[in-house]
Amino acid sequence: MVRYIIRRVLWGALMLLVVSALTFVIFYLLPSGDPAQIRAGRYASPARIAQVRHQLGLDRPVYYQFWLYMKGLFLHFDLGTSFKTNLPVSDEIIRRLPVTFSLAIGSVIIWMAIGIPIGVISAIRSRSWLDRSTMTGSLVAISAPVYWLGLIALFLFSKDLGMFKLFGGSGSYVPFSEDPAGWFSSLVLPWFVLAAAFAAFYARMVRGNLIETMSEDYIRTARAKGLSERRVIFRHGLRAALTPVVTMAGLDIGALLGGAVLTETVFNIPGVGRLAYDSIVGSDLPMIQGTVLFGAFFIISANLIVDILYAFLDPRVRY
Amino acid sequence: MSSLLEIRDLHVHFSTRDGVVRAVEGARLSVDRGRTLGIVGESGSGKSVTALTVMGLTRLPNASISGEIEFDGVDLVTLPDAQMRSVRGRRIAMIFQDPLSSLHPLFKVGWQIVEAIQAHENVSKKAARERAIEALREVGIPSPEKRIDSYPHELSGGMRQRVMIAMALVLKPDVLIADEPTTALDVTVQAQILDLIRHLKDEYQTAVVMITHDLGVIAELADEVAVMYAGRVMERTSRHELFTVPELPYTWGLMRSIPRLDAPRPGRLDSIAGLPPSLIHLPPGCPFHPRCPYVMDVCLQDEPELEQSEGDHLVACHLPIAERRQIGRDLQDRQN
Repeated sequence: MVRYIIRRVLWGALMLLVVSALTFVIFYLLPSGDPAQIRAGRYASPARIAQVRHQLGLDRPVYYQFWLYMKGLFLHFDLGTSFKTNLPVSDEIIRRLPVTFSLAIGSVIIWMAIGIPIGVISAIRSRSWLDRSTMTGSLVAISAPVYWLGLIALFLFSKDLGMFKLFGGSGSYVPFSEDPAGWFSSLVLPWFVLAAAFAAFYARMVRGNLIETMSEDYIRTARAKGLSERRVIFRHGLRAALTPVVTMAGLDIGALLGGAVLTETVFNIPGVGRLAYDSIVGSDLPMIQGTVLFGAFFIISANLIVDILYAFLDPRVRY
Repeated sequence: MSSLLEIRDLHVHFSTRDGVVRAVEGARLSVDRGRTLGIVGESGSGKSVTALTVMGLTRLPNASISGEIEFDGVDLVTLPDAQMRSVRGRRIAMIFQDPLSSLHPLFKVGWQIVEAIQAHENVSKKAARERAIEALREVGIPSPEKRIDSYPHELSGGMRQRVMIAMALVLKPDVLIADEPTTALDVTVQAQILDLIRHLKDEYQTAVVMITHDLGVIAELADEVAVMYAGRVMERTSRHELFTVPELPYTWGLMRSIPRLDAPRPGRLDSIAGLPPSLIHLPPGCPFHPRCPYVMDVCLQDEPELEQSEGDHLVACHLPIAERRQIGRDLQDRQN
């Protein structure tokens, strides 16, 4: 087990290296604004631009820039400084992490609380009108794009431009430590919008898993023991059906901690996803690198945690 | 005087998209304390459905069940679900074909046995655990106080089936239904498991219903035998009678298709020509007539009733009794 974890951590580090190399390559291959030009301002002279380019180290060859970046990263955990704000990238990201955490965790709770019960009920009442209508509804929720759903939610329920002025609208985010009620109000709509597709997806997954599990031989055994149907479903059926759901949830949470770009952009929430979006628009390479690396780090960690967790959830799994 | 478990005129139909599946048609069976009833037949002959119906496990929305299953004076067909549940597992227990898939893979075997006890008796976890260990010891599992904390995948196939048997017998049920309990096991383990079932039956005077497609298991264990085909009981008699004077052409086919070690090696193994009929579109008349080498005109029209032949031997066949007994006796003489 320990050897397995060590091996996985080393692989994870290698993955991060590959990810940042790819980010570098993509940044220089794809057409984007010239960071030096953007930094120097619209009416800067060519000399000024060249000076900025030299300051940022952009006149060095790409591989040398990458080497410097990696050296800083591995020797000092230094993600560099933003081209745009001149602030350390890691400070900027860490400052925004609580925001993204707030969004992700609330959303996870909502989609689990909605998705799992719906999935269970649909599985138990499979093929009933209730099952059919919730499964059709879930297809709609999965298909609805977040930016569309987000705008609908704002037009319906936000305090500034909604028909029913219930919750904070776009850009209303305040930290929990400053104003808990305001924090909550500002996140209700993003939570639900972000959770919608996940809830639908999880409902379908739970339903499918549970239906499959309920046809297993060991469910027949559980019934033959004279257990109540309730116990057969919730203790024997759900225990097996939820194991893959836990795996999935771990991966999804990992991905969300890297920033929910669309949701954060639509609701103008100052999280990591929004930061990533802004840095791409502003050709801010160190910031892009930082956000991508953080995202990759969360996904890789989530994968590892889920795999370790799996050994506890399913005794047949051994490493 | 009726037996402990008596099935009369049992019909089990399932409506499906393709039509009505007549899984069991008018089955008549009985078994008493300390006796073993063997039910033999191919897949789809209705033997498992009969067993599951006794357990009340075929009460599905698309099922229609009629007839009587009299158990200790109570009709299980009409028994309300809640009361059926207290019979199931406590008074009638069942073990299944594949012990690996029949045990929950994510729970320890001890937990699963304890759960079975606590489903029916108000005992502490500790007391239930003691009994579970005792039950494991009784079915011949070495160092049961350690094995009780094993997961099913950590045990061998034979040990798993012993766990299933321990779980089924821990509440000392009156009836044990064993649905092909040895099919998924190695041959040497099969014999051990059959020995164990016989031993426990004698010890506790349990009535055993042994479902199998293997006449070898029947020869080993059964007191009475019922041969099922297409959801019907077609022949019913004692084991001795069945193996000396089988009277049903279908049973002859089963007997002929047993490979023998001592006989000269035939070019190929005998088998019954054709396939079992669809339970949705049964042939008219005798359901076996399309595959029967002795088929007569009457077999195409009329379905034979299960009628008394000699002594307690019941047979559903249009062939004259004397002729049937002659052919059956000749067949067994040649085989023995």
